[in-house]
Amino acid sequence: MNWLPPPERFRERLAAVDRADPGAAAALARLADTRLGFLETLQLDRALARLPAGGLEPVRVALLASGTVEHLLPPLRVAGLRRGLRIEAHAGAYGQYRQELLDPGGLGAFAPDAVVLALAARDFLGAVPLDAPAGVADAAVAAAVADLGALWERARGLGATVIQQTFLDLEPPLFGGLDAVVPGAPARLVARLNAALADAAGGAGVLVLDAARAAARDGPDAWHDPVRWLQAKMEIAPQAAAAWGELAARLIAAARGRSRKCLVLDLDNTLWGGVIGDDGIAGIVLGQGSGVGEAHLGLQAYARRLKERGVILAVCSKNDPAIAEAAFRDHPEMLLKRADFAAFAANWEDKAANLQAIARSLNIGLDALVFVDDNPVERARVREALPQVAVPELPADPALYVRTIAEAGYFEAVAFTAEDRARAGQYAANLERASLAATAGGMEDFLGALGMTVEFGPVNALNLARVTQLINKTNQFNTTTIRRTEAEVAAIAADPDGLALQFRLVDKFGDNGIVSVMLLEPSGDALELVNWVMSCRVFGRQLEEEALNILAEAARARGASAIRAGFVPTEKNGVVADLFPRLGFAPAGEGRWTLPLAAHASRPTRIARKEAA
Amino acid sequence: MSETAILARLTEILRDVLEDPGVELGMQTTRPEVPRWDSFAYITFIVGVETEFGIKFPLAQVESFQTVGDIVREIRTLKG
Repeated sequence: MNWLPPPERFRERLAAVDRADPGAAAALARLADTRLGFLETLQLDRALARLPAGGLEPVRVALLASGTVEHLLPPLRVAGLRRGLRIEAHAGAYGQYRQELLDPGGLGAFAPDAVVLALAARDFLGAVPLDAPAGVADAAVAAAVADLGALWERARGLGATVIQQTFLDLEPPLFGGLDAVVPGAPARLVARLNAALADAAGGAGVLVLDAARAAARDGPDAWHDPVRWLQAKMEIAPQAAAAWGELAARLIAAARGRSRKCLVLDLDNTLWGGVIGDDGIAGIVLGQGSGVGEAHLGLQAYARRLKERGVILAVCSKNDPAIAEAAFRDHPEMLLKRADFAAFAANWEDKAANLQAIARSLNIGLDALVFVDDNPVERARVREALPQVAVPELPADPALYVRTIAEAGYFEAVAFTAEDRARAGQYAANLERASLAATAGGMEDFLGALGMTVEFGPVNALNLARVTQLINKTNQFNTTTIRRTEAEVAAIAADPDGLALQFRLVDKFGDNGIVSVMLLEPSGDALELVNWVMSCRVFGRQLEEEALNILAEAARARGASAIRAGFVPTEKNGVVADLFPRLGFAPAGEGRWTLPLAAHASRPTRIARKEAA
Repeated sequence: MSETAILARLTEILRDVLEDPGVELGMQTTRPEVPRWDSFAYITFIVGVETEFGIKFPLAQVESFQTVGDIVREIRTLKG
């Protein structure tokens, strides 16, 4: 947990939190954002328990396990707090995970949003003999995965996101190197089981909590303590509980759209060694020829990989803008190019102000930013001014930069979609669209010049992953902020009396991908719009008008009398507070709106239509 | 570190674990005498003590501590 800064005056600050104060949750979250010890985690967890509801997003998490897991709950709740979540946790009884899932009376009443399965390999593979031939060993692994699949189905039946922990290899070496080769060797069986469960999880929409990888990295001794195992049947050692809680909370937060979206990088002594304003382009340390130069290049390479998976890149540096731009243009070893950055703030302004400007220009929240800077003064300044921004505690040695940023898990993902792959280019295209807006005269001319087409169609298996991701990641244009699992979305889409539409926006600069989703459930002779989300990338493009035109026609064809909708305000969805009246809905009680279809006329927009085959 | 100093530190740790500033420990104190010091709180306390003192109690000791004094003496042994 090296990316977290050490806590300062922990006891004093904890004691000063006034639980009646509306800022209490934020104050506790700031304490959670530090490197806490075992007892400090416990104290913070207790303070969180005393806090009245509000200010944090509630999530209910059931942890079902082969072993004792009570000690994992405080770090899980604290790691949730770190991400703005208030986790209510239920620990299954020791070894009772099957009974709890098969007879889910108590578990059903708890109504978990997420079920975490932390199981022991011996429960699944313990009966495989050491001399089993390859076929028998493979069949045992396949049977174990089928068994897991049945447990996942049960958990999903509770309406929960399912999170499967990989199996820890706790067996002592038996043959030595041959443990990886002999089909019936426990180490090989566990490795095979983990590989097979990952394949199955991908298809089943189950999230993988890769404890085995973390334990392989930290060392088995860090994750499993034979004394605690024999004393209390704790499979995961209390010393590893903080790391475990962090991994679990990351997945839970990612499934709820709370992962960060943008990596903001400082330049001098971060993306390269030295100060370019003083040393000149030829004087900075970057690339082949020195270990330090390769370390900085390594950070550039990692940032580029993140961009490939959909993370937005930005620059925030105190520098002369012309000199900074020239470095990206002219330095022969520079891996990142100016065009890789969706926002570029090189100037002498305060970095906190620049970060706010970056978030605004990208239309994302401050809580979507990660700010990487080698300078501890700048880090402290940003943490103080903008606690929503994640600021990793970068080590002094650039050789360790990548590891520190990577291990912080800021960009935890639950899916990798075509939209993710295309995103970086889309943001760059947005900058071109913005410059077109600056040159074009009126708004209508600008929209006309974009040459927009909306491609729309039903939600189906082909787009289910992206549709679910959009529902769960979108915070601004989100009318109800009801989060959905893939299974729930699929159920609404499959309802012949409901309606589930997805919209893709294409313009002259490129394909924005699927950018809006509407889910409707039957409600008497009307349809209830239970989810409507739209990506912030396409705000102000008349897509909400055209999407409603399409919906109204589809609903009318279905024989519906009206579309009903509710608006549930959150901290972040102010942009749609007046959406329904703006679109012609009539008020129907507190936060309720209705659009009678008999009287409704479509509004013309500058968007052409194309219906999916 | 003296027995008194270790005892004082153990008292602070147990107060944190049980969230009870009224906890008072003596060398002769046993677990049942302290309200809410159940088996789970005992493990938490042991882990807290191990972390604070940078030591690891052997399994046999963890299972056989009778009094707080036993723990204090074991810490002195382990700290050499």
